[in-house]
Amino acid sequence: MLQMPDDVILQVTGLKKYFPIESGFLLKKVLGHVKAVDDVSFTVRKGKTLGLVGESGCGKTTIARTVIRAYDPTAGTILFRSRDGVVDMAKAEKKDLKRIRRDMQMIFQDPYSSLNPRMPIMEIVAEPMKAHGVPKSVYEERVAELLKLVGLRPEYMRRFPHSFSGGQRQRIGVARALALNPSLILADEPVSALDVSVQAQVLNLLLDLQEQLGLTYLFISHDLSVVRYLCDQVAVMYLGRIVEIADVDRLYENPTHPYTSALLGAVPDANPKASWRPHDVVKGEIGKATADIKGCAFAPRCPFAKPECLEQVPELISVDPVNPEAQKSACLFARELSLPGVSTA
Amino acid sequence: MARKKIPAPAADTAEALSTTEEKIFYASQWRLMWWKFRKHKVAVIAGFVIALMYLGAIFAPFIAPYGPTHRDRGNIYVPPQKIRFWDENGFSLRPFIHPLKVTTDWETFQKVYTEDTSRRIYIRFFVRGKSNDDQYKLFGLFKSNIHLFGVDEGYIHLFGTDDLGRDVFSRVMYGGQISMSIGLAGVFLSLILGLILGGISGYYGGVVDNIIQRLIEVIRSFPQIPLWMALSAAIPPDISPKLVYFGITIILSFIGWTALGRQIRSKVLALKNEDFIVAARLAGTSEPKIILTHLIPSFMSHVIASLTLSIPSMILAETSLSFLGIGLRAPVVSWGVMLQQAQNVHTISMAPWLLIPGVFVIIYVLAFNFLGDGLRDAADPYGN
Amino acid sequence: MNPKNILEVRDLVVKFKLSEGIVHAVNGVSYDVPEGKSIGIVGESGCGKTVSSYALNRLLPPYATLSGQILFRQQDGNIIDIAKLKPEGREIRAIRGRDIAMIFQEPMTSLSPVHTICNQISEALILFQGMTKKQARNRTIELLKLVGIPQAERRVDEYPFQFSGGMRQRAMIAMALARNPRVLIADEPTTALDVTLQAQVLSLIQDLQNRFNLSMILITHALGVVAHMVETVNIMYLGRIVETGPTMEIFEEPLHPYTQGLLQSIPKLTGRLGERVSSIPGSVPSAYDIPKGCPFEARCKHRMEICREEMPKPVTVGSEHTVYCHLYTGREAARDAANA
Repeated sequence: MLQMPDDVILQVTGLKKYFPIESGFLLKKVLGHVKAVDDVSFTVRKGKTLGLVGESGCGKTTIARTVIRAYDPTAGTILFRSRDGVVDMAKAEKKDLKRIRRDMQMIFQDPYSSLNPRMPIMEIVAEPMKAHGVPKSVYEERVAELLKLVGLRPEYMRRFPHSFSGGQRQRIGVARALALNPSLILADEPVSALDVSVQAQVLNLLLDLQEQLGLTYLFISHDLSVVRYLCDQVAVMYLGRIVEIADVDRLYENPTHPYTSALLGAVPDANPKASWRPHDVVKGEIGKATADIKGCAFAPRCPFAKPECLEQVPELISVDPVNPEAQKSACLFARELSLPGVSTA
Repeated sequence: MARKKIPAPAADTAEALSTTEEKIFYASQWRLMWWKFRKHKVAVIAGFVIALMYLGAIFAPFIAPYGPTHRDRGNIYVPPQKIRFWDENGFSLRPFIHPLKVTTDWETFQKVYTEDTSRRIYIRFFVRGKSNDDQYKLFGLFKSNIHLFGVDEGYIHLFGTDDLGRDVFSRVMYGGQISMSIGLAGVFLSLILGLILGGISGYYGGVVDNIIQRLIEVIRSFPQIPLWMALSAAIPPDISPKLVYFGITIILSFIGWTALGRQIRSKVLALKNEDFIVAARLAGTSEPKIILTHLIPSFMSHVIASLTLSIPSMILAETSLSFLGIGLRAPVVSWGVMLQQAQNVHTISMAPWLLIPGVFVIIYVLAFNFLGDGLRDAADPYGN
Repeated sequence: MNPKNILEVRDLVVKFKLSEGIVHAVNGVSYDVPEGKSIGIVGESGCGKTVSSYALNRLLPPYATLSGQILFRQQDGNIIDIAKLKPEGREIRAIRGRDIAMIFQEPMTSLSPVHTICNQISEALILFQGMTKKQARNRTIELLKLVGIPQAERRVDEYPFQFSGGMRQRAMIAMALARNPRVLIADEPTTALDVTLQAQVLSLIQDLQNRFNLSMILITHALGVVAHMVETVNIMYLGRIVETGPTMEIFEEPLHPYTQGLLQSIPKLTGRLGERVSSIPGSVPSAYDIPKGCPFEARCKHRMEICREEMPKPVTVGSEHTVYCHLYTGREAARDAANA
């Protein structure tokens, strides 16, 4: 039997996901790999939210899809506490996945492509229940209950997705994810396709549901402002690796990795008086995940880079000797640099 | 104007729906498609034309006044006869024709037909056939010899007769049965082949996909007419016309499925990574169920549209094959077989009405193209 | 026309005739663009902000109808009404090619995939500024350097697909600058970019605007971007401007309930874990049948009976701060009375 601390629901260790680059006419030849996720470890505690943030191509979505085994991992373990005990998702048999996934569900980014336009809402929300053999009499009632839970009228259940706005569609997606009473929800950019005035509705819904149902979230976002309201702990990713992971306030107020600080400085806050540092934002663009990087992946863009940064891959180590879990950074000079964050003033 | 405050909206604003909106919100894919299709007037008309043609084919033995092999021995190469309501003797509510007088042009030794306008032969409806050649079994079940129209005295040839004195109108009707069904049957077979091979290719990918795609490329890279000829040479010449018909259908669909197979593959390829398919998989829905409830309904409308567009090529292929003499052969009657008779310039100049089956081919092909166009536009009712 | 302004838009109406019905995309919009200043047009998807700006260059599809006035002060001081020009005529093409340049969200909409960057940028230089091929090439390299493309001498001969997303955005900006425009319309210029690239591109636009004294119209849904980029903000909702004013005032003292709701619904970097962001109930209605009263009425928490019946008149509260809301009618008069 696999073991995990009682309050941990998901423990990912050394997770790697490489996608082969193939070429060839009849016989495919592997030319190299895209290292979408490269040696990532984190834990998610029951009832809490871990945020995975980063720019496009940093591997955050791949992590979510690998954790739920939509992709098979290249290496690593994914320990998950299901209702039948702790399982390793990385090694779970295909036939067991269906049972395990009752406890782990996903919310998608695009409210349009995630609902089959040819099915009424009723069928969409009931799909997980039907797959698990729940009889019609039971799931009809449950769908009504779920729709109410996410703030939609149960009378709407015979309508088709095209009659709903983006925000309402996203609620339907949430209802579907909750159908089997999962304990962990992987939310992949659930609000980034929505308009600002609607985005807040869905964010608040996620917060309310977490309080009501004791849900745990793995929340994936590129939007640092959104993450601040939802996540207890935040992991910043760059080119397939976590460069900094910390409790939310520490990360925003005292970033220790230059990339985190750069990200925070780049966000234009909706306050003309707030500081915005576009001029000292990092230069250049994100590199390719195919290259064999010897040193720190961020070093070529880092304003503080020293020759040694190009020599070795920095490990994700604690920067706080008193509370080692509170903040870890993958920068050789994490303790020496004093980087600007977000001031609460 | 009152500046009285009215209650603030609730979080989930209850929209007051108009009945049309209400209707749209509950509309399934097929209904939305129908609404969109309806706006395409030309396609709707084309649909009617096609329905009429198929009705004509189904009831061909009843509509045709004579059987396909019935020979009016005295009257070969009769030009089309006109149905009249009036002549020099005045107006008649009942349609009639004038009987034909035959003379021989002693210069060309051709028979010349002229109308004897002094006499009328009234057209009668629901008449018994003239001979045993006109007997038929409707739907292969009900034996009958009643025809929609006919004349008591002599013959009526609306589209004239051919070199053996057979009624072209009747033969066009019978020929439609074969020609229009060969398109449908061929398309149906290609659909099955295309769905299975294209579906497997797109869904499973990898080596299987590679093999199927190369196979399609090989088939498509053959020049068509030599390939048809080779394939039809494989059909033994002494087998029954029915078997030839099946042979031809199989040949046509053997080539026809490749385009469809590719299209289905690309649809499946795009769809299988759509979020709603991933969601279904994560929900625990089994693969066969995903294919049946998500995949197939998602591309079926597109497939139907492109099937409609590929029917014309089937009938054209049949016509070309038969015209070249390597497809269906007499005594089977199809539009292609009939056109084969009109192959030489002499016949065309002497008896241009033998080209009438070609007109039907054109109408049929055009109608299907218009219908297919309308269906293709309607196939994705969710796009803007 | 006010001598301060380079562009004045008055009662702009744009409708699209579609088979499904008439889309009222822009529904009577008026605003000013002062010379050398930057203004922002902000709103959610479908509010008509993009359509209203495409109208300035007459880049609307043929099934669109346009009415109202778009007064533009030309280089020689003549005032021309762009709304009256023929949509494909010589005059509008000259304005597009010289005076009013646009940059888009997706650079590939203005870059051709089959021509090198050099050919595309120098085309405008040769056509509108009468340069020789050689001069145009040198100027193109200069422009690429100006927008921060490294190794410009080498990259000038590359094709757009060889450029990364951020570089394409820069190349498109260089192309816009090649015309020496007087007005720059930036339509969601950074929406497709990641935050660090967004910051780079925005600061580039800011630099260029200052350096060349451009008048800029920035169209975006991101209030964070306008907060730092423009001097005047116009808030649009359902084809109408509901509030307009100096950026600081709009953010510090928003008056229209929609502006207030919008500002409150934005998550901020300074937020707190578990804090609820207030949201605007409902969602944006369709532009097929627009209400005859206030466009925001259906979602407004202060709505009154009059709101449904009558479009509110503009109420000017500050020197340049105007709001279209029945809550404030009479306030102007009251203030005038107080001043008197």
